[in-house]
Amino acid sequence: MEEKHLTCIGCPMGCQLTVTMENGEVKEVTGNTCKRGDVYARKEVTDPTRIVTSSVKVNGGKIPMVSVKTKNDIPKGMIFEICKALTDVEVNAPVNIGDVVVPNVCGTGVDVIATKSIPAA
Amino acid sequence: MQSYDLVIIGGGPAGLAAAVSARDNGIESILIIERDHELGGILNQCIHNGFGLHTFKEELTGPEYAQRFIDQVKERNIEYKLNTMVMDISDKKVVTAMNRTDGMFEIQAKAVILAMGCRERSRGALNIPGYRPAGIFSAGTAQRLVNIEGYMPGKKVVILGSGDIGLIMARRMTLEGAEVKVVAELMPYSGGLKRNIVQCLDDFGIPLKLSHTVVDIEGKERVEGITIAEVGPDMKPIPGTEEHYECDTLLLSCGLLPENELSKTAGVSLSPITSGPVVNDSLETSVEGIFACGNVLHVHDLVDFVSEEAKNAGINAAKYIKEGKKVAEKEIKINPTGGVRYTVPVSIRPKEMDDSVTVRFRVGQVFKNSYVAMYYGDTQVLKRKKQIMAPGEMEQVIIKKEELNNYPDISEITVKIEAE
Ligand SMILES: Cc1cc2nc3c(=O)[nH]c(=O)nc-3n(C[C@H](O)[C@H](O)[C@H](O)COP(=O)(O)OP(=O)(O)OC[C@H]3O[C@@H](n4cnc5c(N)ncnc54)[C@H](O)[C@@H]3O)c2cc1C
Ligand code: SF4
Repeated sequence: MEEKHLTCIGCPMGCQLTVTMENGEVKEVTGNTCKRGDVYARKEVTDPTRIVTSSVKVNGGKIPMVSVKTKNDIPKGMIFEICKALTDVEVNAPVNIGDVVVPNVCGTGVDVIATKSIPAA
Repeated sequence: MQSYDLVIIGGGPAGLAAAVSARDNGIESILIIERDHELGGILNQCIHNGFGLHTFKEELTGPEYAQRFIDQVKERNIEYKLNTMVMDISDKKVVTAMNRTDGMFEIQAKAVILAMGCRERSRGALNIPGYRPAGIFSAGTAQRLVNIEGYMPGKKVVILGSGDIGLIMARRMTLEGAEVKVVAELMPYSGGLKRNIVQCLDDFGIPLKLSHTVVDIEGKERVEGITIAEVGPDMKPIPGTEEHYECDTLLLSCGLLPENELSKTAGVSLSPITSGPVVNDSLETSVEGIFACGNVLHVHDLVDFVSEEAKNAGINAAKYIKEGKKVAEKEIKINPTGGVRYTVPVSIRPKEMDDSVTVRFRVGQVFKNSYVAMYYGDTQVLKRKKQIMAPGEMEQVIIKKEELNNYPDISEITVKIEAE
């Protein structure tokens, strides 16, 4: 039996979770206030993922940058690669909230979308 | 002079939610005044996700969360003025504001909601020795530069203070290719949310040094290096513990202060602990008809709670506009003690209060396996176990009108932390 201690990031409550593992398998999760904590803990010890947020350059917009995010979680190990892929991306105004900025980023199957609308200048 | 039933100062999440709820409670004549070129407040630069799980049951980024409320304001055709700075509020609720097209102008309001948010503690307040070279930024300024202007303040970074903005910027600058060497925190605990420590520091192996402070800044033109040292219980650096870091940038994330210069012009009483207005359960300040909500009232950790509080301010301002001032029959003080630093509100009107009132507070130190306790007079009415409580996170208790009215003779409600 092995215990792992985690802080749930499912919401800003940040519950302290304890995962009991046996032979690489999750036996029990405690400390969570809601179901999301249980789901998170099981995932975090086996297949950790994150949402990546950043901002990219806008041409001809009212402000110079538009904020973006991966529409869904991506593997934690790919955070840097995705950020790198976003460094040289430029879009043209107007941009609408939800617009796809980079489809299927780094072959993850996940789109990068705009999180803000930028009208043309 | 122009007049409106309700003038809301600040178009951040607090101002927006207050406007929507006042309209939904029957107030037609509303004006939001915002000094920036867009609505949304500080959320426009908080591009990370983690907002709105309580309100919308999904995890949004700051701009997305703001957009939900901006849409609600627009759907209701609520009037707003951008690029307009409020300069003064009189105790008779005359609001003086200024912009490029109208110049200086006055508006008579029946009620005012203060929603100006907060500002960062400045470097002056921190008193760091050494020269004043370029390369020293507040974390919020760095956040605006990177996220909105697309400009990186530096390549090698030391962060002083573990407030949430500093933690978020540690991750953001790391992902943009900078090397964040260390986060130094004066206190023995972090001022930020646990989740931000996990996601922004632990994920990237950035060390957090508690009970440490900056003792020297090198460089004349530009920052060239920073020396930090451990501090003792007296908060003074311990000789011999100095560590030197080569860097070109120092970010300061040493906390936020409610922005209340304007509130003072109206004669609103401020709490020395929160630096925000003293309010009763209706979120009314010491000046009749002036209400407050959001970070101007006390610094919140979660925007969801800002929206919730602002909704109440809107409801109460609407009630005031429609019914006028009612002198409270009785007002019961809430006494924060035993580790509870303050409460918002500071008092409850048992007859006039809503069916339930949320009392928010912060603790003064880290408590493990302790209890939040509440007393009506001498009678304990609540004892709730908490695994962990930290100054960086807001806590709350709920006062139910029905229950409170079973204690007609009490003069005080006590909220405190108990070990057993
Ligand atoms: C960096 C940072 C990270 C955060 N991270 C999270 C998070 O991960 N999750 C979460 O839930 N919450 C988070 N928060 C908290 C949340 O964003 C705030 O609690 C919320 O934005 C506060 O809303 P507000 O309307 O009170 O203030 P603000 O958003 O600051 O809005 C105040 C508005 O008033 C305007 N104003 C001020 N003075 C005047 C004047 N004299 N005349 C006209 N207009 C004026 C300002 O321009 C501003 O637009 C974070 C906050 C910050 C700063
Ligand atoms: S367990 Fe639930 S309540 Fe606790 S942090 Fe995770 S998501 Fe939030």
